[in-house]
Amino acid sequence: MSDVAAVVLFTGIALYAVFGGADFGAGFWDLTAGGAERGREPRALIDQSIGPVWEANHVWLIYCLVVLWTGFPTAFASIMETLYVPIGLAAFGIVLRGAGFAFRRVSVRTPVQRTYGAAFALSSVVTPFFLGAVAGGVASGRVPTNGPSRAVSSWVEPTSMLGGTLAVVVCAYLAAVFLVADSRRRQRPDMERYFRRRALASGAAAGVIAIGGIFVLHDDARRLFDRLTGPALALVIVSGVCGLAALVALQRASPPALRVLAVGAVAGVVGGWGVAQYPYLLGTHLRIDQAAAPDATLWSLLVVFALAAVLCLPSLAWLYVLQQRGAFDQESG
Amino acid sequence: MAGSSLLAILAADPSQLLPAREQMAFTLGFHILLVPFGVAFTFLMMLANYRALRHHDDDALLLAQRWSKVAAVLFAVGAVSGTVLSFEMGLLWPRLMGRFGAAYGIPFAVEGIFFFLEAIFIAIYVYGWKRLRPWRHFWTGLPVVLAGIGGTASVVAANSWMNLPGGFTLRNGRVTDVKPLAVFFNRAFWYENVHMLLAAYVVAAFLVAGVYAAAMLKGRRDRYHRLGFLLPFVVGAVVMPFQIVVGDFVAREAFHNEPAKFAAIELLPHTRTHAPEVLGGIIIDGKVRFGLPIPSGASLLAGFDPGTRIRGLDTLPAADRAPTSIVHLSFDVMVATAFLLLGLVLWFAVGWWRRRDIPGGRWFLRAAAVAGVVAVVCLEAGWVVTEVGRQPWIVHGLLRTRDAVTTSGNVWAFLAGTLVIFTVVGVAAALVLRGMTQRWRSDREADISVPYGPDLPLEVAAGARTRDGSAHEGSAR
Repeated sequence: MSDVAAVVLFTGIALYAVFGGADFGAGFWDLTAGGAERGREPRALIDQSIGPVWEANHVWLIYCLVVLWTGFPTAFASIMETLYVPIGLAAFGIVLRGAGFAFRRVSVRTPVQRTYGAAFALSSVVTPFFLGAVAGGVASGRVPTNGPSRAVSSWVEPTSMLGGTLAVVVCAYLAAVFLVADSRRRQRPDMERYFRRRALASGAAAGVIAIGGIFVLHDDARRLFDRLTGPALALVIVSGVCGLAALVALQRASPPALRVLAVGAVAGVVGGWGVAQYPYLLGTHLRIDQAAAPDATLWSLLVVFALAAVLCLPSLAWLYVLQQRGAFDQESG
Repeated sequence: MAGSSLLAILAADPSQLLPAREQMAFTLGFHILLVPFGVAFTFLMMLANYRALRHHDDDALLLAQRWSKVAAVLFAVGAVSGTVLSFEMGLLWPRLMGRFGAAYGIPFAVEGIFFFLEAIFIAIYVYGWKRLRPWRHFWTGLPVVLAGIGGTASVVAANSWMNLPGGFTLRNGRVTDVKPLAVFFNRAFWYENVHMLLAAYVVAAFLVAGVYAAAMLKGRRDRYHRLGFLLPFVVGAVVMPFQIVVGDFVAREAFHNEPAKFAAIELLPHTRTHAPEVLGGIIIDGKVRFGLPIPSGASLLAGFDPGTRIRGLDTLPAADRAPTSIVHLSFDVMVATAFLLLGLVLWFAVGWWRRRDIPGGRWFLRAAAVAGVVAVVCLEAGWVVTEVGRQPWIVHGLLRTRDAVTTSGNVWAFLAGTLVIFTVVGVAAALVLRGMTQRWRSDREADISVPYGPDLPLEVAAGARTRDGSAHEGSAR
């Protein structure tokens, strides 16, 4: 039962990494789009493509938090008490990003837009870094169960830095691929080229960091390394193959196929992380079944999950379909 | 009592307790301002939309469209400030979550569904004005209103569970035998819930009506502004009397179920019959000072009989008492502001009955213009009553707030950062909304004639930035 709940949790993390990640990455490209004049068109495209969906995508984060604190309360408490610095900074980043984005789209004057845009774009880069660092701290087993003592050393360490950097770059890659697909759908060859270049660059960077990461994990988080190259190897390979295939297919593939490949690349990493941790939630000192809430609670989580699948997923699908069909296009505010 | 022992208590508390409480109070107080917009303002927007479609009313349509833009901005702010609250659950109160998450977390899991639905459908509604057929578009707003009700129910379920925890067994400090339905529908669920839901409607209605009342004071008395005033005001006027009745019922439930809180509310040092209802006043060294007592008032209200015995603070150990004066005064502020609003509603009702019109004269409009602020004060005061009134417990009878707080890190720094960021976001939100209304005012003539057509002010709104993009897009299509 507790394993099922853990699968539900990691499903949520993967979904947030994919959908939330793409929105963060869009902020990365917004940040690097240059001055108001030069960056106008990419920013407009970014604005249109994440505007209607970012809040729904953001809900996956809430979902993860809720599943963690309800299903695995002691683990949640330990993570929060240990990694409070990056988590608190990520919370600030989330506020600035959401508010900045929402305010920018309803502002008119360029200096005002620039201020809100900067808040949105900067925090879109900072937030996934800290979230990735948190993941690194957890994955490398640095969260103790008995009290907080590692406020700094739990995340200012190689695996967290790797996690943070990889998160930023992977988000950027994911967003670039999504934006290529979006440009193609909107028949904007100029923007398609623009984001294709960026997808290739960020994809290459993600690949380099991932390969470098192998050595970092080898030295810093031996169990994680062993498990990633052992039971989780298949997922790691799936991730790499999908990532490469998406880059190769950037020129020709249909937008949905591109998206699926990019999603596969990210979901593979998260899935691999989950398999590598198994059967532990924290280091090798807290097993999933030890951390789990009573079965009745886990069952209610599953019921909620099923209800969400029945109610929310079709609605979400409809939202995406409406967006893909251009139902929101002329509406720029 | 007073100084020395208070210091002793403070000294015994973990150093994180004070900033953690300040931070929770501040962020909750901020977030709760946005709740009425997500929950009830969307209902007003649907009402305007319905009127627009049913009666081909262009003014109502314009109101609905503009309100939807406002709702979108405030929903975004609410979504992120709500996220911070979720983080704070763990960052500030890890021992609450660690010990009780298995029960306390369930309502939040349910809330997730509603938040999800609201986020999805508010996007479809706000972005769908142009391309969706009018009635179909209207119906996409309905899940937003329903999700608002469900979301409120879930979050208040969690809060009411803290007041009257149930649905589980505590064995060796661990939560076991969880009965999810009993957690969710705990004994305080219904009355707290209805009270909060109506409060959200009252606040949203009077705040929105107040905006148009202020505009009418400045001479903009055309049909558009009258409708913008009347539509929300009438909703507020309908809800307000019910809220008074429900509030009275809730106080009586507190008398039966939460006697410690009720003793603080009634400023009652000693258990007694014929307990007076004290208006104002504080408690100093166990004695009531400066209040205006209504003889037997509290007993009458609690049990419809002056002989009703009410438990006083003396039934509680000193360490189990809430900050009594704060709870009592907040309660008085809540009741007083609620009756001010009821008075305004009566004023309106008399005017409408006599002349079929908004009461003439500037004083009614002035009062209506500030009614929203009064409603906000009422809402915040009500939350102080229920939250401070539960102290020193975070889970009543089971976990003290001081034992739930984090023991790591410098919470003052976190609090400082939160104060700065939330203040900036709050001010920016106000500026952004003001900018939107100013643009609407100058562009009014242009877009009034094009229902479901291109939304001119928003073309302008997205600004120079997107204009090129959309032009390009048009030619490509």
